[in-house]
Amino acid sequence: MDAAVFIVSAVIVLSGAFGVLLARNPVHAALFLVQSVFGVAVLFLLLDATFLAAVQVIVYAGAIVILFLFVIMLLGVDRAEDLDVEPIAGQRPLAVVIGAGILGTTLSALLVAVGGPTGAPATNAPLGDAGDNAQRLGEALFTDHVFAVELTALLLTVAVVGAVVLVRRLAGPLQPLPVAAAAPETQGEADTPDEGEGA
Amino acid sequence: MFAQAETVATPEVLWWALVPLLVLAGAAVLLLTVASLVRRLPEWLPAAWTIVAGLAVLVSVVPLWNEVQDDGARSFLAGAVGIDGSTLFVTALLAVAVVATALLSRAYLTREDLPGVELYVLLLLSAAGGVVMASANDLIVLFLGLELLSIAVYVMAALHLRRIQSQEAALKYFVLGAFASAFLLYGIALVYGATGATGLARIAGYLSTTILLEDGMLMAGFGLLLVGLGFKVAAVPFHAWAPDVYQGAPTPVVAWMAAGVKAAGFAALLRVFVLTFGSWSGEWQPAVWGLAILTVLGGSVVAVVQTDVKRMLAYSSIAHAGFLLVGVQAASDRGTAAVLTYLGVYTLLACGSFAVVTVVGGAGDDRHGIDAYRGLGARRPWLAGAFAVLLLGQAGVPFTAGFVAKFGVIAAATEGHSYALAGIAMVSAAVAAFVYLRILVALYMEDRHLEDDDEAGAVEVDPAPWGPRIVITVSVALVLVLGVVPGPLVDLAKDAVPVLVGG
Repeated sequence: MDAAVFIVSAVIVLSGAFGVLLARNPVHAALFLVQSVFGVAVLFLLLDATFLAAVQVIVYAGAIVILFLFVIMLLGVDRAEDLDVEPIAGQRPLAVVIGAGILGTTLSALLVAVGGPTGAPATNAPLGDAGDNAQRLGEALFTDHVFAVELTALLLTVAVVGAVVLVRRLAGPLQPLPVAAAAPETQGEADTPDEGEGA
Repeated sequence: MFAQAETVATPEVLWWALVPLLVLAGAAVLLLTVASLVRRLPEWLPAAWTIVAGLAVLVSVVPLWNEVQDDGARSFLAGAVGIDGSTLFVTALLAVAVVATALLSRAYLTREDLPGVELYVLLLLSAAGGVVMASANDLIVLFLGLELLSIAVYVMAALHLRRIQSQEAALKYFVLGAFASAFLLYGIALVYGATGATGLARIAGYLSTTILLEDGMLMAGFGLLLVGLGFKVAAVPFHAWAPDVYQGAPTPVVAWMAAGVKAAGFAALLRVFVLTFGSWSGEWQPAVWGLAILTVLGGSVVAVVQTDVKRMLAYSSIAHAGFLLVGVQAASDRGTAAVLTYLGVYTLLACGSFAVVTVVGGAGDDRHGIDAYRGLGARRPWLAGAFAVLLLGQAGVPFTAGFVAKFGVIAAATEGHSYALAGIAMVSAAVAAFVYLRILVALYMEDRHLEDDDEAGAVEVDPAPWGPRIVITVSVALVLVLGVVPGPLVDLAKDAVPVLVGG
C-alpha cells in the first residue's frame, strides 16, 4: 500500500516538476508547480508528518504559488516570451553545471557520508504516533519558543507600517536630483564627484 | 480531542527584566493606535512621546542594573532571553540613541514637510529589536531581533518620499540586507546542525564539553554568522551598502543607523562569538583578525578621497567598526569591556556628528558636499566648534572620549598578543585623522577664499532648531568630560561584561 502511494505521488511530483520546466505558458507552469507541491504533501503524509503536509498545502500551494500567479497575471502573459534569447549570456550552460553539481553533492552526501559531517549524535527523536506532531509543535511554540512567536507580532507590525509608509504619496513635487548625481556612475565606490557645486 | 484539558507548563517570565523591551514596543503600538484614531495630533506630540519612552527605558535600566550586579545574570522564558550587564549597557545606549534621533527627527520632519508619526513608530520598534538582540539567549531570537531592527530601518531610510536618493538608499539597503539575513540564517542552521541546539548556553556547553572530530559544518556556520553580522555592522568587505545608504537616507535616520544599529550588531557579535563560541576562539579569531584589518584600513583610506561629508562619515563609521572588531578579536573580558566603552563613546560621537550634518544639510537635505562646510568657522563659530570637537573625538585625539575608546581596544589587542593588529589599527587611526583634518581645514581655513568669490557657494546655514541643538550640546559636553574623566564609563563597561546563563 505504502509503496503504491509512494509511486503514485512520486509520479505526480515529478510530472509536475517537468511540467514547470516544459510548459510554454507561465500560468500553466505555475499550476504544474501546485501539482508538484500537492504530491510532496502526500509524501509528507506518508512519513506521518501531518503538520508538514498541511503547511505544504496551505503555505506553498495556497499562498506562494497563488502569489506567483498574481504576479504573472498582473504583468500579463499575452506576449509570448522568446525563449531563444538569453537575458544573461551563458546562464543556461551555467545552470546545467550548477544543477549537476548540486545533484552530485547531494547524492554523494547521502551515499558516502556515513558518520555525518559533525560527529555529533543525531538530534532527532521519534515523533510518537501520527496525530501527535501538530500538538507537539504547538506545545513547543508556546513553551520553548513562546518569546520568538510573540516577537513575530512586532515584526508584522513593522511590515504593515512599512507598507503604508512606502505606498503613501505626498503633496508637493519630487525633489530634483543634484546635478552630479544624475550623471551615470562610472567607477565603484571611491568615486562621488563634487556635489557641492550644484547647491 | 477537545476534551483532554491537560495543562501545558509555560515557561517562567521575569516581567521586570522585560521592562525596557515592553516600554519600547508598547510606546510604539500605543503611538500608532492613537495616531490612527485622533485626526490631528499636536505636531510636537510624537517626538515628545518617543523621547519620554527613551528616557523611561534609560531610567528602568538602573534598577535592573543594580539587580544584575547584585544577584548575577538571569535567563528566562525557557532560555530564550538572558539579561546581564552587557544587555543593560547596550539597552541604555540604544535608549540614548532613540532620544537623540527623535530630537533630530522632529526638526527634520518639520523642515522637510514630511507628515506622519511613522518615523517614530519605526524608530521605537527598531530599538525594541536592538534590545532583543542585546538580550537574545537563543539564535532564533537573535535573528528575529535583527530582522525587527533592520526591516524598520529599511523603511526609515526610504522615509523622505520626495527625495529619490532616499528611496534608492532604502532599496539598496533592503536587497543587500535581505541577502545578509539569508547568510545569517544559514549560519544558524549549520550551527544548529553541528551542535544540536539554538540556545546560546546549550551551544556553549556542547562546544566546551565535546570534542568534534569533524567540524566542517560548525566552521561553515561560524563563517556564515560572521558574514551576516559583519554586514550589519558594515565591516569590509561587507560594507558596500554603507556609503550609499548613509548618503541617501534622511540624516536623523543615519544617526540611528550609525549609533543604534551598530551598537546592537556588536552586542550580537559579542554574545555569539566571544561568549558562545568562546571555547573555539582559536578558530574564529583569525577570521575576525582579517576582517578587522580590512575594515580599519579600508574605512580610513577610502574616507580620505571622499568629497561628500556624509559619505566621509559613512567610511569613518566603517573604520570605527574596524576598531570595534579589534576589540572583539581579543576575545577576552578586557576586549569586551573595550568594545562596550567604544560603543558608548561612538553613540555620542555619531549622534552629535549627524546632528551637525542635519543642520548644515539644509532644506532638501542635500548640502553635504565639503563646500557647504567652507568657512563655517567664521559664520557659525559655535556650530563649527562643536563639529570640530566631535571630529577630533572621532579621530581619537587625547582629552576627548574618542581617545579613551581607541586606547581601550588597542590595549586589549596588545594584551591578546595581536601586535600586528594593534599596529595596523594605530596606523589607520593616523590615516583617518587626516580625513577629519580635511573637514577642519574646510571649517576654519578656507573662508578667505570664499570672500573673494562669493558665488562659489557661500551656503547659508539656517539656525539650528532646539532639537539638534540639545543633541549637539550634550554630545560635545559628554565627549569632552569623558575625555578628561573616563573613569565612570570605563568602570560601567567593565561591570557590563556579558555572562551566559543556561535556561
